[in-house]
Amino acid sequence: MGMNAKYIETDIIIIGAGPVGLFSVFEAGLLKMRCHLIDILPQPGGQLAEIYPKKPIYDIPGYPSVLAGDLVQNLLKQIAPFRPGFTLGERAEILERQADGRWRVVTDHGTVHVAPVVFIAGGLGSFEPRKPPIGNIGDYENGRGVAYYVRNPEDYRGQRVVIAGGGDSALDWTIYLADEAKSLTLVHRRSEFRGAPDSVEKVQHLAQQGRIRLITNAQVVGLSGNGHLERVTIQHDTEGALEVDTDYFLPLFGLTPKLGPISEWGLELQDGAIAVNTYDYSTNLPGVFAIGDINTYPGKLKLILCGFHEATLACQSAFKVANPGQKLSFKYTTVTGIEGLPVETPA
Amino acid sequence: MPEHVITVTVIDRENQPHRLEAPTDMGLNLMELCKSYGLPVKGTCGGMALCASCHVYVLSEHELPPPSDDELAMLDSAFFVQANSRLGCQIRLRDELEGLQVQLAPESE
Repeated sequence: MGMNAKYIETDIIIIGAGPVGLFSVFEAGLLKMRCHLIDILPQPGGQLAEIYPKKPIYDIPGYPSVLAGDLVQNLLKQIAPFRPGFTLGERAEILERQADGRWRVVTDHGTVHVAPVVFIAGGLGSFEPRKPPIGNIGDYENGRGVAYYVRNPEDYRGQRVVIAGGGDSALDWTIYLADEAKSLTLVHRRSEFRGAPDSVEKVQHLAQQGRIRLITNAQVVGLSGNGHLERVTIQHDTEGALEVDTDYFLPLFGLTPKLGPISEWGLELQDGAIAVNTYDYSTNLPGVFAIGDINTYPGKLKLILCGFHEATLACQSAFKVANPGQKLSFKYTTVTGIEGLPVETPA
Repeated sequence: MPEHVITVTVIDRENQPHRLEAPTDMGLNLMELCKSYGLPVKGTCGGMALCASCHVYVLSEHELPPPSDDELAMLDSAFFVQANSRLGCQIRLRDELEGLQVQLAPESE
C-alpha cells in the first residue's frame, strides 16, 4: 500500500452510490451496521444526479412526482443519522477475499476498503468513454497518442492535435486547445453541431480565421504510427480519404455505461447482469450481494422501488454475515424510531 | 391479424430476418420488443436514449415521429450512424407501423 493510499474498515462496502446504494445505508443502519459507499462519479446519486436530476419520477411510493435530484437529496437526509462514509470519484477495480474471510475492495486510486459484506449496487455499471470502432485504437491508448479525456491540457501545448466529436466536450476542448496546440483539427460526422450555440459559433469563427481546421461530414477511420500515434486517416462522406499528421487524437463522444471490472470478479453473470438468489439477493460469492439495476433474476424489473426492496432483504442476510451467531429481531421504525449511529472514533 | 397487433421485421447482424408480432396497446417500444424475442439488443439504459445499444436502421418507408433532442444527441455520439438511423427504444409501436422493417446496427464498444 502506498503512503497516501487510504484504508477503510466497515460493516458493508457498497459499490455504487445511486438511490439503491444510498437506501441500503438506511436499512443497514437500522440493524446497527455501518456502510461505506464507493462511486466513480464525483457526487452521490448515480444516474439520477449525473444524467437526469431534473426529470420527474412518478413511481416512488408516496411521491406522486419527485425530481430525481430531489430524491437523492432526500435519501442523503434520510441516511445522514447513520453516518455513511464515501469514496467518490474512484472506480472499484478489485474485489478479493482476505484470509480472514472478509472482502477487500480496492479502487483505481488505491483506496482499500475491508468489510465482511459487499453490496454491489452498480446500476448500469460505470460510465466510461465511448470508443470509436477503429481496430487498432488500443495500440495508441495509455500515453501513446489517443486519449478519451483531457486530463491535463498542458500535455497538448505545442503539439498537433485531432479532436473528433460534435458535442459540448469536443467543442469546448477545441476552443481551449486552439491556443495551446501547434495545430488543431476538429472532425465531426455531420455538418451541424449539437453543442451550446455559443461554442458552435466560436468554433466556426476559429475555423474562418484559419486557427483550426474544421472537417465536417467526415470520420476518423484509421490510426497509424510506430509506437506512438503519427497519423490519422479521415474518411469524408463524399470526398474520399485524407491523411492528417498528428501527435494526439482525442475522440470525445461522451460516456456509455459499461459493466467494467465487475465482470472480472468471478460473479455469475447473465446477459451482462449479476445473477442473484431472490431469497436475499445474494450472489455466488458468500457475503457479496447485488441489488438494483445491476442484478437479474426471473421477473426482474429495473425499478428504483424494487431496488429498495432488494436492499432491505439483503440487509437481513448481511446482518448474519457481519454478526455471526447474533439474533436479529425485526422492528418497525414506527415503534422504535430511528436511532442513529455514533461518530466513529479512530481505533 | 387480431386488432392491436402488427408485424415488424427485424434483420439481425447476421442478416437473418425475424418476423415479430407486436402488440400496439401496451406502450411497447421496438427495443423492448426485440428483447422480448431474445434478439441481441442490449437496451442497457432501459430506454432513456442514453446508450445507443438499440441502434437500428429503418429500411421501410414508414413515417416515424421525428427524433427528440435526447435521441439526436445520442445518435450524434454513436457510431455506424446513417441517415436512417434511429434508437429502437424511441420507436413506440403503433398500429400505423404495420410492416415496419428495421436492421440492427453493428455493435460498438
